[in-house]
Amino acid sequence: MHGAFLSYLVVGIVIGCLYALTASGLVVTYTTSGIFNFAHGAIGMFMAFTYWQLAVGWHVPVPIALLLTLFVLAPLMGALVERIFIRPLYGASLGVTLVVTLGLLLLLLGVANAVWSPTVTRNLPPILMGHQVTIFGVVVSFYQLMVLVVSVAVAVVLRVLFTRTRVGITMRAVVDDRELTAMAGTSPHRTAQLSWALGASMAALAGILIAPLEHLDQLNLTLLVVTGYAAAVVGRLRSVPLTVLGAMLLGLLNSYAVGYLPSNWLSDLQPVLPMAVLFIMLLVMRPGRLAAGRVTGRITARIPSAQQSLLASALFVAAAVVASRLLSPSNLITAGAGLVIGLIALSLVLLTGFSGQVSLCQMTFAGAGAFVMGKTFGGSSIFGLVLAVIVPAAVGGLLAAAVLRLRGLYLALATLAFAYAADSLFFNHFLGFGGILKVGRVRIGLPTTQRGYFVLIAVVFAAVAAGLMALRRGPVGRLLAAMNDSEVACASVGLNITWVKILVFTLSAGIAGLGGAFYGGWQHEVGPNDFYFLFSLILLLLITIAGIDTVTGAFAAAIFYALQPQIARWVPIVSINYILVGVGAAMLGRNTGGVIGQMSAQREWLRARLGRGPTTEPLAVLDDGRDVAGALS
Amino acid sequence: MPAPSAEVMTASAGPGRAPVVEMFDVHAGYGKVAVLRGVNLTVPRGSVFALLGPNGAGKSTLLKVAGGRLVPTSGCVHVAGRHVNGTPPETFARAGVCSIPDQGVFPNLTVAENIRVFTHAGGVSASAAEERAFSRFPRLAERRRQLAGTLSGGERQMLAMARAFVNDPAVLLLDEISMGLAPMIVAQLYEVVGGLADEGITVVLVEQFAQAALRVATYAAIMKQGRIERVGEPGDIRDELAGAYLGGHQ
Repeated sequence: MHGAFLSYLVVGIVIGCLYALTASGLVVTYTTSGIFNFAHGAIGMFMAFTYWQLAVGWHVPVPIALLLTLFVLAPLMGALVERIFIRPLYGASLGVTLVVTLGLLLLLLGVANAVWSPTVTRNLPPILMGHQVTIFGVVVSFYQLMVLVVSVAVAVVLRVLFTRTRVGITMRAVVDDRELTAMAGTSPHRTAQLSWALGASMAALAGILIAPLEHLDQLNLTLLVVTGYAAAVVGRLRSVPLTVLGAMLLGLLNSYAVGYLPSNWLSDLQPVLPMAVLFIMLLVMRPGRLAAGRVTGRITARIPSAQQSLLASALFVAAAVVASRLLSPSNLITAGAGLVIGLIALSLVLLTGFSGQVSLCQMTFAGAGAFVMGKTFGGSSIFGLVLAVIVPAAVGGLLAAAVLRLRGLYLALATLAFAYAADSLFFNHFLGFGGILKVGRVRIGLPTTQRGYFVLIAVVFAAVAAGLMALRRGPVGRLLAAMNDSEVACASVGLNITWVKILVFTLSAGIAGLGGAFYGGWQHEVGPNDFYFLFSLILLLLITIAGIDTVTGAFAAAIFYALQPQIARWVPIVSINYILVGVGAAMLGRNTGGVIGQMSAQREWLRARLGRGPTTEPLAVLDDGRDVAGALS
Repeated sequence: MPAPSAEVMTASAGPGRAPVVEMFDVHAGYGKVAVLRGVNLTVPRGSVFALLGPNGAGKSTLLKVAGGRLVPTSGCVHVAGRHVNGTPPETFARAGVCSIPDQGVFPNLTVAENIRVFTHAGGVSASAAEERAFSRFPRLAERRRQLAGTLSGGERQMLAMARAFVNDPAVLLLDEISMGLAPMIVAQLYEVVGGLADEGITVVLVEQFAQAALRVATYAAIMKQGRIERVGEPGDIRDELAGAYLGGHQ
């Protein structure tokens, strides 16, 4: 018993070290560039595969392959990523930075899938595997010792770099004030590039060290960073020592959970432990101060008038009726699947587009909707549909009330944790791995044939879209727009944004639930994989690319989704859809309005040219308070 | 036009006795807002040049252009006789143009770390830089390990000004150093500015608090609506100030 306890201790410490490496890399990038890199794990994954390619695929000697990966290729990749995707982002809103790094995650995942087929099993060459020593009666492998030594060495190097060297101090200075760094004689771009190179190197190190524990897997390695998020939040995303502490705790918790949790439903808890820690940390954290003096000055898309949106809705339904007659049965299936995804995407238009809150768990709400629909009133009742809206809405409201003090990045992380936990604890548990739940089509006197149901979904989509536009035109919409622009300004004129946030979150979850119920009905059945948390990210990316502040954007996302099988047929590359969405999202730093936003900007420009209306081009995009003063004095 | 390198731009190595900063018909602004509308300006070597004028006249914007922090939309900016439009601000800094915005410090770095970052422009060692800074502002030595964000406004301004001593600049661009500070501290800071001028450093300062600025200035200019209205000796300018601020006619 005693020996087992110590063995689990050793395993826990080693896992903790690996978490610590991942998490501190994340913290380093965040503290030195101000951008939370969701793609940190993906970079590590990509580099682990690159290392495999060198050492195993091309038989480069292991030491050379290691050095080449860690000190040449990884820094190069980090610097390139900074130059191409991150540099246009400085001064952008948090939502955009989030979508860009998530897009990068998806892009790297897609490219890795395309280059290294996921169906082949790959193993990294063992480093120091097989040798072992016995310390206090516990067997410790050389690999475990090496992980420990490397982690301590990295921690010491980082500490010295950031407190003792000029270049390290400057990296921290850049986050404080980019312009001032330039005035002190250092290029902030170069410095940020250096930070990303360092971050990529650390990601590569973590990836290569973690990989030998299992065989190489694109998704697993990418998502390991999720545990890193939890550890980083313990360090409030800024402190490396606290992050290491958090990582150690998580490692030990994980190890002892594996060792001692009884193997009943409690053992389901083990994979979600990091998420639970993340969630609890976010709940007990003191909320940050409202950031003042930030005018991001983004112009949202034009709001159509009541007549315009009603006309558009009617035309949309008419088009859907025609389409349902013209499309072949198989095309109708994909078109309908796209449309229900568009319906779920509408929930993000409200939440993220109108009110600026980022949620990474909309598919979870959709899943809850499908679940409720399938389980209640025989699976096809209108009452079931009502419940499919109410239950997710209530869950969303409760979640909002719990995490609402959190803003921006922390809110995104909390919803991610929620989605992840819901996957493991709820969907997998109640639907079972590979299990299915039959979901019926709602019966309201209409035929439930493919065509009839397709038209019904189109009607619901049009109604929700018109409703959102009506909301956007009214006082609530103005409040949301104001909140999106500046929370501190809202607070200072006495608007209670707390209730508005809960309301919006609730409503948005309800719309997602509605979409989920129709999703289930369209497919006849749902399984746990339908609501995998990664799909929530993809949905957010899709609609942000299309244009998140318009219902047209949701429709465009629906079209892309429906076209996916077709694109995969045209372009015979594995994960081409991941790559496309990833590229689209990662390039958003250059055009934050998305495709629709771009078209709308061009239309406005044209209108201004023709003298038909006022231009809505921002007068001045000011990035901080001082510039506002500068422009006026 | 290729950006001039730090070597050719170095103010002290410029051709002859060219004025430190010159502007010819400079226009600049933010997005669609035009702020500078044709500024012509010559700042002679070794002068203390005060830019005065009402809010919105473009004083701070002019300073930004002179420090390379804002690229003009048209016109020429010369530093030490060289055309420098579009040169990045870090090159200006390395060439001896020292921009000090109001309380320009890094709040999450300690005082010592701030000074360390300042040494990028010069070739000064960390200990030498601290010695120079602390000899002028002994108060900072007491706060050496404190985060700059937790300093008082006056101390923060001292730390920002310390950069001028660390790097031996040729030109100092000071933006509203008196903003929000007690008169006693303002007087202290201006004493330091006077000392710097005595060492031969050219100083361009923007100031709302005109009397303090005119006491140390050798030249002064009144700006109004994006143009230089009048340049002259402090004595001449003093009489016209009231009119400029109140918008009256002389």
